[in-house]
Amino acid sequence: MSHFDDQDNSRKFQGRLSTASVIMLVAFFILVLRFFWLGVVQNSYYTTRAEDNRLTLVPVVPNRGLIFDRNGVLMATNTSAYTLEIVPGRAGPIDQTIEALSKVVTIEGKDKRRFKQLLREAKTFESIPIRSRLTEEEVARFAAQRYRFPGVEVRARLFRSYPLGETAAHALGYMGRINTKDLERIDEEGQAANYRGTDHIGKAGLEQRYEFEMHGISGFESVEVDAGGRGIRVLSRTPPVSGNNLNLTVDAKLQQVAETAFGKRRGALVAIDPSNGEILALVSMPTYDPNLFVDGIRSDDWDVLNTDINKPLLNRAIYGTYPPGSTFKPFMALGALTVGKRTPQQAISDPGYFNFGNHTFRDDKKGGHGMVNMYSSIVHSCDTYYYTLANDWGINGIAGFMGQMGFGSKTGIDIDGESRGILPSEEWKQRRFKRPEQQKWYAGETISIGIGQGYNSYTMMQLAQATAILANNGVGYKPHLVRSISDVRSGGVREIPLEKAHDVALKPEHVEVIKNAMIGVNKEGTGTKAFAGAKYVAAGKTGTAQVFSLNGGNYSHGGTKEFLRDHALFIAFAPADKPKIALAVIVENAGFGATSAAPITRQVFDYYLQGIVPKGPAPDEPGEPVPESRDVANYVDHQDDDYDAQKALNTPTPGPFVRMPSNASQALPVRKKP
Amino acid sequence: MSRSINWRGFVQAWSEHVDFPLFRITMLLMGVGLLTVFSATWSGQERMPSQLLNMAAALVLMFVVARIPPQRLMQLAWPMYLFGLVLLVLVMLFGIKVNGAKRWLSLGFTRIQPSEIMKIAMPLVMAWYFHHFENRRWFSKYLGALLILLIPSALIAKQPDLGTAILVFSAGFYVIFLAGLSWWVLGGLAAAAMAVAPFAWHFLHDYQQKRILTLIDPTTDPLGSGYHIIQSTIAIGSGGVIGKGYMSGSQAQLEFIPEKHTDFIFAVFAEEWGMIGNVILVVLYGFLIERGLRISLRASTTFNRLLAGSITMGFFTYAFVNMGMVSGILPVVGVPLPFISYGGTALVTLCTGLGILMSIETHRTNR
Repeated sequence: MSHFDDQDNSRKFQGRLSTASVIMLVAFFILVLRFFWLGVVQNSYYTTRAEDNRLTLVPVVPNRGLIFDRNGVLMATNTSAYTLEIVPGRAGPIDQTIEALSKVVTIEGKDKRRFKQLLREAKTFESIPIRSRLTEEEVARFAAQRYRFPGVEVRARLFRSYPLGETAAHALGYMGRINTKDLERIDEEGQAANYRGTDHIGKAGLEQRYEFEMHGISGFESVEVDAGGRGIRVLSRTPPVSGNNLNLTVDAKLQQVAETAFGKRRGALVAIDPSNGEILALVSMPTYDPNLFVDGIRSDDWDVLNTDINKPLLNRAIYGTYPPGSTFKPFMALGALTVGKRTPQQAISDPGYFNFGNHTFRDDKKGGHGMVNMYSSIVHSCDTYYYTLANDWGINGIAGFMGQMGFGSKTGIDIDGESRGILPSEEWKQRRFKRPEQQKWYAGETISIGIGQGYNSYTMMQLAQATAILANNGVGYKPHLVRSISDVRSGGVREIPLEKAHDVALKPEHVEVIKNAMIGVNKEGTGTKAFAGAKYVAAGKTGTAQVFSLNGGNYSHGGTKEFLRDHALFIAFAPADKPKIALAVIVENAGFGATSAAPITRQVFDYYLQGIVPKGPAPDEPGEPVPESRDVANYVDHQDDDYDAQKALNTPTPGPFVRMPSNASQALPVRKKP
Repeated sequence: MSRSINWRGFVQAWSEHVDFPLFRITMLLMGVGLLTVFSATWSGQERMPSQLLNMAAALVLMFVVARIPPQRLMQLAWPMYLFGLVLLVLVMLFGIKVNGAKRWLSLGFTRIQPSEIMKIAMPLVMAWYFHHFENRRWFSKYLGALLILLIPSALIAKQPDLGTAILVFSAGFYVIFLAGLSWWVLGGLAAAAMAVAPFAWHFLHDYQQKRILTLIDPTTDPLGSGYHIIQSTIAIGSGGVIGKGYMSGSQAQLEFIPEKHTDFIFAVFAEEWGMIGNVILVVLYGFLIERGLRISLRASTTFNRLLAGSITMGFFTYAFVNMGMVSGILPVVGVPLPFISYGGTALVTLCTGLGILMSIETHRTNR
C-alpha cells in the first residue's frame, strides 16, 4: 500500500472533483433547459405533431347508387366480398410474399398477372388486391397465419355486381379501378377530395355517365393509428352519404327476351317508346359479363373479350354504323310526300332495272315488280321506285329531310360512345374527301342512296329514333336510358325532363300513307311470315345490307366467309294506331337470302305487348331477295372528324359512282384500324 | 441435526458493506425503470419480469462486489484489463457480426460483449496506474496512461460501438483528469482534438457521420436516422409540464418511438411524466452522483478516490449522453439510461460499479 501524505495532492483532487461537479451540474442544467424548451416553450407544436402521428382521417367510401329497371328490377348492386390485399410499401419482397401466400390461399397465375398489372399503375402505399372473393375458409386460414405477412390484409370490400349478368351489359357499362385518365376526370369535376377512398369508377355505359350521381359523398373516420399505420380505434365518424339510385327506362325482362331472341347471332337492337324517347331495350350481341371487370379484369378474360372476333365489348347499338338498306325506303317515301316529289298514287313501271348513264341499277326482282305505287314500293320493297325517286329528288334534298329525321347526327342517348354515322350529301363529301376529284358529288351516287345503300351509314340507335319519330307523327324525344334519379336519403325522386329533339313538319295524311304501307309489309309483304298470327297490328320494314368491307384484321381468319354475308335489318312499331314501341334491329351476316331480324322483332313485340315469353331464339327465315347491285356497307369510323376517305370507304378510286365488282367477295379490301 | 439459520446475523453481515444512501437512490431509479419498461412493453413482448430478474441478479452481484476490499480490487485491475484486451482482439478477429457491427464473441451456448468488461477494467487499471505512479515525472506518467486508455477505446470504436467507446474512454479520461493532469495539457488536448476533428470525420463510419449530421438537422432524413430523434423529441415535447400520465403516452403506446424499452426509454418516461418527471429524474441522478463524489472525496487511498470518482462520473456520462441524445442535443449513440433501460448487461456493469463504490465506502473505516 502506497503512502500519501501530501496535502497538496489531496487538495488538488478536491479541486478537480469540484470542477467536475460544476461541469456535471452545468450539463444537467443544459438538459433541463432542453426539456423546458421542448416541453414548455414548444409544447403546443409537439402536441400537434404527436396528434398528427396518432390520428388519421380515413375516408369512408359511400355505397354506390343502385340501378333498377323501369319495373324496379335490380340491375346493379353492391355486394360485400373478402379480398386479400398487399400494400407493397409495407410488405416484404413482393415475389416471396406472393409465393408464401399461395401456400395459404389459392393464387393462380392470372391472379399474379393481374396483381403485377395493378402494381405498375399503383401508388406506393395503395393496397392492391391479389385475390378477390375469398371463401370463408380461406379467410380463416389466412387469419391464422397473418403474423407471417406484414403488409398483407384481408378486407371486406363492397363490389359492384350485376345480378342479371350479361343482360344489358352495354347499357349498364362496367366498373374498373381508377386510372390516371379517370383521375383527371375526377379533378375536372372537383371531386378529388370525395374520391380519396374510392378505388373503382364507372368505365363505360351508365356507370360511367352517371358516375357522379351514383358515387355518393365520402364520409370520414378519425382513426387512431400506430406507427405501422394500423388502425387502433375509431375516435369519430362522419357517415358517408350513399349515391343516388338510377331508375332506368329499360325493361330488363324485355331486354332479356330480345337478347335471347338473338341466340348466337351477332347484331343490335334498339327499342324506344315513341311517345317519350324512353329506351326500352338496348341490345348489342354478343354481350359480356360486366361482373368480370369489377375488380380489375384478369388479363386472360380481357384477352378473350378483346380478341373475340365477335367483338363483344363493342356497343353495336350506338357505335356500329350500317347501311340501312331497304329500311330506308319508308323515310324516302315520307320525304317525297312531304316535299311533294311524289304522291301516293303516282306509279312507275318497273322493268327490273334502272339505267343511269351507261350503268344499270338492278332491282331485287328479275323482270321487275310491274306497276308500282308508293304503297307497293314499300310492301314489296321495290328498288327501281327508289332509284327513280332518288334521282328525281337529288342528294341535297334527301339529306335535308333525313337530317330532320335524325339521320347522321348523334341522338344524344345518355351513354358515351355514340357514332354519328354518315348522312351523305354534297357538303358531306366536300368535307370528307381531300382530293378535288373525290370531293365532287356525282349524280350517279345519289341513285343507290335511295335504297339505303351507297354512302349511307347509320347506327341502330338513329334508325330506331327515326322509326320512333315516324311512329309519333314527326315528334321525337331525346332517347334516354335513365328515367329518374332517386335520392336514397331524402327519398326524393328527380325525373329526367323530356326533351323534344325532333319536330318534323309532317302532314298526318302523308304519315298515314307510310304507316299503312308498313302495316302492309307485315300483312302481305316481306314481313308477312314473321308476323303471321299476331294479335296486334305491327308496322314494319325489312332490309338487307350488303357487307362490303371488313372491320379490322381480326376478321381475316376463321369465319371470313360468314363475316361476308349480308346483314338483315328490320324496323317496326306497334300497335300501329297507337305505337307503344318502335325499334330497329340488325342481325349481322345473317346470311344470303335469309333474315332473322323480323322474327326477333316479333318476339320482342309479343312480349312487350302481350307478355308472351318466347321459348327460344327467334327462327331464321327466308328474307327478301338480295339486289345485285349495291354499294358501300359496314361500320364506318365513329369519329367523323379525323378519318380520311380512303380508309372510311375503301372503295377503289371512285368513278362517277361507286360500284362493286360482281365477284365482290373475292376482291374485298381489308380495312385495318389505325 | 438441524441448525437454525441466524437470519439477523446473515442480513447484518451482508448489509455491513451496503451504502444505504446509494442503495436507496438506486432502488428508486430501478423502480422507475421497472414501471417504464412495463409501460413500454406491456402491449407487446412483456419485458418487466425478465428485467426484474436482471435487477435481482445485478443487485446480488453488487452485494458481492461491495464485500471485496479495495485492495483486492486493485490486484484484480491488471488481470481484468488484460483479459478484456485479449477478448477485444479476439472480437476483432473472430467476432460475430450483427447489423454490421462486430461486438460479440460466441461461446457456443451464449455470446458475450467484451467491451462491457472494459467499462469496469478501465477505471480500475487507470486508478491502479496513477496510484502507483503518482509521483513519476508527468510526461512518462501520462504517456503510459494514454496508451492504456487509447488501445481498448480504439478497438471498441473500430467494432464499431461508439457509445461503449465513449463510456470506456471517458472512464479512463476521468481518472487522468482527477489525477491532476495540468489544465494546460487539457487545454492543449482539447485544441488538438478540435484540429483533428475534420480528419477524424473521415474515420467515422457512414452511419456515424449520418447520426451527427442528423443531429444538426433531423429533418434531412425523417424516415431514416432522423426518425428516432424526431419521434423522441415529439414525445418529450408533447409530454408538456405534467405529462400525459402513466401508460398514456401516444408516441410510446402507438409504437412511434423506436427502441422504446432500451436506449430510447427516456422518451417514454418523459412523455408520461412531463417536465416535472424529467427534472425529478435528473435530480435523482444528481443525488446518485453527489453520493458517489462524496465517497470519492472521503476515500482513503489514491486508488480508491480515483476509482470512485471515475465510476461516479461514468454514471453521469451514461445519464447525460442518453438523455442528451433522446432529447436531440447529442448524436445517437448506443448508451442506455442507467438503471432504467431494459437489458441485463448494462445493469450488471452499473451494479458492479455501485458495488465498487460501496466497497470503497464501507471498507474505509477498517483500514
